[in-house]
Amino acid sequence: MANFIQHVVAGLSNGGIYATLALALVLIHRATGTVNFAQGEMGMFLTYVAWSLIYSAGITYWLAFTITLVIACLDGAAVHQVVIRPFERRPELTIVMVTIALLLILNGAAGWIWSPQEKFFESPFPLDVITVGGVVMNAQDLGVIGVSLACVLVVFLFFRFTRAGLMMRASAVGPATSKLLGIRVALMLSAGWGLAAMLSAVSGMMAAPVLVLTPNFMLIVLTYSFAAAVLGGIDSPWGAVAGAYLIGVGISLLSAYVHSVGPELQLPVALAVLVLVLLVRPAGLFGRVVARRV
Amino acid sequence: MPLLELNGVEASYGPLTALHGVSLAVEEGQAVSILGANGAGKTTALRAVSGTVRRGGEILFDGKRIDHSSPESIARLGIAHVPEGRGIYAELSVQENVLLGGVVRRDRKAVKRDIERALDYFPRIRERLKQQAGTLSGGEQQMLALARALVSGPRLLLLDEPSLGLAPTAVTEFFRVVRTLNQEEGMTVLVVEQNAKIALASTHFTYVLEVGRVALHGPSEELREHEGVRASYLGY
Amino acid sequence: MTGRAVRGGTLLAALALAAFLPAGISHFHSFQFAFVGIYFIAIVGLNVVTGYSGQISLGHGAFMAIGAYTTAILSHDHGVSVYWTIPIAGIVAGLIGFAFGFPALRLSGVYLALATFGLAIAIVLIAKNYAFTGGGGGKSLTLPSSPISGLSTNVWLYYLVWGTALLMLLLAWLLLRGSLGRSFRMVRDAPIAAVSYGVSLARYKTIAFGIAAAYAGVAGALLAISIAYVNPDTFPISLSILLLTGAVLGGLGSLTGMVFGALFIEFVPLYAEKINNQAPTVIYGFILLAVLFAMPYGAAGLLHQLGGRVRQLRPKATKDPRSE
Repeated sequence: MANFIQHVVAGLSNGGIYATLALALVLIHRATGTVNFAQGEMGMFLTYVAWSLIYSAGITYWLAFTITLVIACLDGAAVHQVVIRPFERRPELTIVMVTIALLLILNGAAGWIWSPQEKFFESPFPLDVITVGGVVMNAQDLGVIGVSLACVLVVFLFFRFTRAGLMMRASAVGPATSKLLGIRVALMLSAGWGLAAMLSAVSGMMAAPVLVLTPNFMLIVLTYSFAAAVLGGIDSPWGAVAGAYLIGVGISLLSAYVHSVGPELQLPVALAVLVLVLLVRPAGLFGRVVARRV
Repeated sequence: MPLLELNGVEASYGPLTALHGVSLAVEEGQAVSILGANGAGKTTALRAVSGTVRRGGEILFDGKRIDHSSPESIARLGIAHVPEGRGIYAELSVQENVLLGGVVRRDRKAVKRDIERALDYFPRIRERLKQQAGTLSGGEQQMLALARALVSGPRLLLLDEPSLGLAPTAVTEFFRVVRTLNQEEGMTVLVVEQNAKIALASTHFTYVLEVGRVALHGPSEELREHEGVRASYLGY
Repeated sequence: MTGRAVRGGTLLAALALAAFLPAGISHFHSFQFAFVGIYFIAIVGLNVVTGYSGQISLGHGAFMAIGAYTTAILSHDHGVSVYWTIPIAGIVAGLIGFAFGFPALRLSGVYLALATFGLAIAIVLIAKNYAFTGGGGGKSLTLPSSPISGLSTNVWLYYLVWGTALLMLLLAWLLLRGSLGRSFRMVRDAPIAAVSYGVSLARYKTIAFGIAAAYAGVAGALLAISIAYVNPDTFPISLSILLLTGAVLGGLGSLTGMVFGALFIEFVPLYAEKINNQAPTVIYGFILLAVLFAMPYGAAGLLHQLGGRVRQLRPKATKDPRSE
């Protein structure tokens, strides 16, 4: 039983990393109606920025973390204004291609600037273990779970209870009407991209100590987050987060108890889940169809 | 000086010209209607005012040119456009829809007051605040759209075919509120309608558009007796 | 009439150039041009799914991997002649593509992009972890020697690849000009009309995806034969993205434009790497962005425009099937 709980905690920790990125994907999908393939690479690039702040500028971890989030917000908004908006009226698949181009640019640029060699990225959490009633838990895992939950909570409170959050949601679901109400829609969508970039930066900074920092390290996280978003419903923020924790825990338990699923085969299993969900329940587990009466 | 003035306004959708030099004026406190057949350019005229179509010519609001302003800026000047099809956020709650009407206003007290006032006009909307807006009936959605517009504290209301797709009783109820707003609060209203009867009965002045031009204009009372209008729009 | 003559002439000139190219260049360059042919076959297939049926596949490299491994396993473990493995690789990849596309294609285009992206990442991990693929170490093949005496292996590979490429191009042309092609274009440009004509969207999208996968399988088989070795890292996700970039650049919806795309895939990195070994990726990204922005019809479209034949331009290739 104690073992089981340990695996669940480890799974929730990974799930938290996927959840923040999956939430970013859902935000962009709702705001721009497209899947942002560069979302993981934005997180990767920002993690390198944090790395530079910590290891080149010598700033303490949490200050670097905060500065990175500010940069992330501006960066996301800038990407929306400069790269995405010129394609606003183009078909969805063209915009998807644009995000793929962005993926290439960010991936190459990171290797160019910081070299493709593996880099050590510190964890803000101690290497201690905490024992509660015979269950041994990693402080690192608990820290990641805490940060991811805090992010998710802040995002939900922001959208639910603030005027800016309401305006961003309105701009996403009804841009034409929002303009008639005086809402600066383009600005709101940029803010959405900024917020998504912040989430992906958190995801990257939480994943880097676990996975080692290379220009490709977020591609796998992105794939899990895609699976999570599809599992939960690509338009449902709650669903995507729940899907991410489900995948994290599911994979952790699977590799712990099914021996043929080694650590390297976790991703193919997640992919199989994704394809299965598409087959059985295309809207995702928590996706819903909006009630509409005309 | 009229509150809203259009001088030789043209508008087009791509290669398609929808307005060929329309001029009209709406005095402060007046209710004005625009009548016309499908494709006469009624909706386009409203969209030219709110900046949601490419337009040329001169548009003045309160004496200031707005023909180069963005829709967002025009809305912030106090022009509330209730678009054709109502523009309800179906996915959001009724309450959120109402709140969005005043979301960009700085004076939060005034917003609170306006929300109360709007909900007083539409008790049925007040009862349904927690519901998803998409579940409202067509008539309720039209009321919600007007309530939301009122929350923006407008100086000018633009209503685009509010009667479209509504049951006759809902139309009557809607225009009763519009008349009250105009007569008791002095709200300036510019309404586009196909339902000429109710539009002529609810407004002071009327313009009739035909293929993008003003074909006829005059006090609504006079136009009610006008033979051409009777034949084409009133059907008797 | 004259247009047809000009096109025929151009085609003949291109064929002649292709046939005699190895005589004028070094054996190493012949090898490089063999690779151009491999990429050409792959993106002609990609073009069927993306250009003609309007779906994005980010997993084309994965189907190349399937083809390459089919060849490697058949020839290394079962002693099948490498030449026979080429069609088998195509069929195997095609069938897997068909099965994979079936669930993803019932939904909008972006789900296929998602699923294929996952596939491209997963295939590397699968290949590394199963014994039948040789794991991370990969599998070696025997480099075929030329059956024609006096021809070096590199030159023989060149002719093998381009001979296959020509055959595959002809096949694609035959497929696309007939009723199947008409259905594909309808699915892409007018899905609602297609449904009302009784064309099953999902069925045609899946067929297109299967065909594309088969082309990738053939390309993968030729790749394995040419380098006489396969390992998982030969097929990273970047290969899939690169193929897509090449197809977009060449001009989606145009078969001949794919030659430009293939040349681009083979030669741009060689020059870009001189700046920095990360430069090719960045350059691809910017070129893709520029192409999407400025010339949605790719190189083929540009040639049309330069020739003043804009009216022959095909409808927007990446049209969103749901926008109708």
